[in-house]
Amino acid sequence: MASSVLSLASAGPSASLSSNGIEKGKLNLGNCFKKEKTNLFLKTKSVGRISMVVASDVSRFEGITMAPPDPILGVSEAFKADNHELKLNLGVGAYRTEELQPYVLDVVKKADKLLLEKGENREYLPIEGLAAFNKVTAELLFGADNPVIKQQRVATVQGLSGTGSLRLAAALIERYFPGAKVLISSPTWGNHKNIFNDARVPWSEYRYYDPKTVGLDFEGMIADIKEAPEGSFILLHGCAHNPTGIDPTPEQWETIADVIQEKNHIPFFDIAYQGFASGSLDTDAASVRMFVARGMEVIAAQSYSKNLGLYAERIGAINVVCSSSDDAARVKSQLKRIARPMYSNPPVHGARIVASVVGDAALFKEWNAEMEMMAGRIMNVRQKLFDSLSSKDKSGKDWSFVLRQIGMFSFTGLNKAQCDNMTNKWHVYMTKDGRISLAGLSLAKCEYLADAIIDSYHNVS
Amino acid sequence: MRHEFTSSSSPADRRLNALIRHLATASIQSGTAVAFSPTSSFHGDSIFSHVVLAPEDPILGVTVAYNKDPSPVKLNLGVGAYRTEEGKPLVLNVVRKAEQMLLNDRARVKEYLPIVGIADFNKLSAKLILGADSPAIQENRVTTVQCLSGTGSLRVGAEFMARHYHQKTIYIPQPTWGNHPKIFTLAGLSVKTYRYYDPTTRGLNFQGLLEDLGSAPSGSIVLLHACAHNPTGVDPTLQQWEQIRQLMRSKALLPFFDSAYQGFASGSLDQDAQSVRMFVADSGECFVAQSYAKNMGLYGERVGALSVVCKTADVASRIESQLKLVIRPMFSNPPIHGASIVATILKDSNMFREWTIELKAMADRIISMRKQLFDALRTRGTPGDWSHIIKQIGMFTFTGLNSKQVEFMTREYNIYMTSDGRISMAGLSSKTVSHLADAIHAAVTRMP
Repeated sequence: MASSVLSLASAGPSASLSSNGIEKGKLNLGNCFKKEKTNLFLKTKSVGRISMVVASDVSRFEGITMAPPDPILGVSEAFKADNHELKLNLGVGAYRTEELQPYVLDVVKKADKLLLEKGENREYLPIEGLAAFNKVTAELLFGADNPVIKQQRVATVQGLSGTGSLRLAAALIERYFPGAKVLISSPTWGNHKNIFNDARVPWSEYRYYDPKTVGLDFEGMIADIKEAPEGSFILLHGCAHNPTGIDPTPEQWETIADVIQEKNHIPFFDIAYQGFASGSLDTDAASVRMFVARGMEVIAAQSYSKNLGLYAERIGAINVVCSSSDDAARVKSQLKRIARPMYSNPPVHGARIVASVVGDAALFKEWNAEMEMMAGRIMNVRQKLFDSLSSKDKSGKDWSFVLRQIGMFSFTGLNKAQCDNMTNKWHVYMTKDGRISLAGLSLAKCEYLADAIIDSYHNVS
Repeated sequence: MRHEFTSSSSPADRRLNALIRHLATASIQSGTAVAFSPTSSFHGDSIFSHVVLAPEDPILGVTVAYNKDPSPVKLNLGVGAYRTEEGKPLVLNVVRKAEQMLLNDRARVKEYLPIVGIADFNKLSAKLILGADSPAIQENRVTTVQCLSGTGSLRVGAEFMARHYHQKTIYIPQPTWGNHPKIFTLAGLSVKTYRYYDPTTRGLNFQGLLEDLGSAPSGSIVLLHACAHNPTGVDPTLQQWEQIRQLMRSKALLPFFDSAYQGFASGSLDQDAQSVRMFVADSGECFVAQSYAKNMGLYGERVGALSVVCKTADVASRIESQLKLVIRPMFSNPPIHGASIVATILKDSNMFREWTIELKAMADRIISMRKQLFDALRTRGTPGDWSHIIKQIGMFTFTGLNSKQVEFMTREYNIYMTSDGRISMAGLSSKTVSHLADAIHAAVTRMP
């Protein structure tokens, strides 16, 4: 057992060193608040894990390395540092107005004001979150008349937006389905794999994006889902696939459901854009509802970051549709057991906003209108970008994928070198996988972007 | 019947076996038979058949039981949330003011915060706990990240330690807040205890504490309640803290402070931070989890911070980068509302002053309840020494009542409290003290 070394401020450097550099210090009970620093009287090599002997000036964490910056959030930081007047931030997925400003929905401003006027208390929510919120969020996703809701077969727990809700589900899988894999699309949102890694859930990928068509590799997707071990969890983007913007057609969804049922897989939906993709809450929930209508047990994570613009409030939910109300009650109790040692109970503010907006007919109607407006702006921008690309590009390349893709993001098909050109030459900031956020594009900048894309595509390899 | 399954069995087999085991158990315990919903179109066994019903959280479960009780004299002394003399939750005036200011600020948006949260909030939180003139802050040796109240701060810190620290054992006091062991275990640490509470004196078992920390392996992590120990209300004296500090430094034990009651315990923010500051003054390293649930009354907003005091600024910035890797797959970035309120109050000297006044009022009311309860028991001649009620500090009193006595009090007097004998003084009022005193008196005399 290595001798420990004092780190008292008053210990002097007078002790001599033994040959291996370890010195047993004396416990000095006086002068304990002297601020003078000790000299470094021994150094030990810290290789990998921290060495057992801690010198008074060497941190026990000296061996910790600097973690790389988050790839997505790092784009915005680089954009901020750029002073070029034509710079364009197509990095992070947050909605921007035509003036490229952040947008707080009118209904949210109203709800915030109402909440302050109501002056409700700030008591701890139950571990599962605000009951009023849980009720409306499940109804929103599955439809208020859905039999699964009437039969109380849905376990709903308020979570910290999409990330937190996915994490709860991942922890449930790790605990109750040990060894089961989650299949994620290739590509998918960059944080998915981090969530499953930290939750210690094994994962693998199913083919999804086809660079040749800049569309869906449907055969690859089906083959990979079929090949997965029975009882795998298949992570599906309910609508507006992130990062590609490529969604299966309704017919393709049916086939996906067939295969999942055949293999006794469990569908695991990530729904971060309900209402934001098409403008209609019901349309965007069609895929999830179809699976549920088949009587399947389904996991579905929701987020209100985009569709209600509540990004920083961290409001979402995890829903588990079970075959019986008893199963749902037990599953809910276990989700609570996971949440309690993570954060005890979720934040109240965002939940109250959602409950206010969805629970009030007038506000709900207004919300729908604002959502249509946001989705509409993105569709207009897609149209303008497509028109600009088609008219400027004389090569005959088919740019129609811009119109076929849906939601906030588009996969341009640009490779890393081409993306670098976008940034270095054109000051267009995007992620290196070729993803652009249409939400960060204005009609006014479509022509400029088209020029940048055409140049990068044709002149850089 | 026993069914073997190897790791190569199919998931369907595993589920079937789990179901069979469940049914086998159910047939032994009558009344817990598995029922398939007759209206379900699902024909196979549910994949969740093997998921059992978790028991209600013991602390929060008290409130659940309380809410179900129709008695007009029921008293909720379970969860630690402040109540006014009228028995109502309290939203501080300064909090309402801050919210109005935030609402009036037309420039405010709801964009994602950085992964580490609001920069102002983080700086101000570090200053609050460490002291504005702390050399550690001036030397940039502190990294602070916004987290989900105390729980979230403890969890993020523990996850970091499990990944990056060579010692994976944390020593927690016996007893401690019920959620502590779960937080640390799920984070990947192994949990051991050190003696803390002495039931014979209803005070600190200081000798036991020193012995147990003294025999901990060098470098082990030690959880310390900064003030107002939960559940006992028993805190070391300053002299005892100094001895603890020396012992810990001599063994390179890593302190992890849980500071959930700064200002709320004594009424003074600085006084309640002394233990932490002692450990920073000696230039050593430590982790501090802060919560604003009680002292700002922001329970449900989930506002807290994790600070890591390091030897060097370089280590601090590397640690921050690694903390971000823990946070991003857990919740991406923290909630804006509560932290904005706290930052608004902490950075405005008038509001800060108002806060300290409201905070002191809460602390004083609790101290008054302690006195009233103590007097009431003395008046009744309740057997035993009840001076611990006024010696203990903070929201909770460890009454020393056993679980049978607690059960009795719930049944006969509709008093709701945790079975370890802990009562939340914050839930008492001048009007309800005598009812509680009656209940304690009855429990002690009829169920000794």
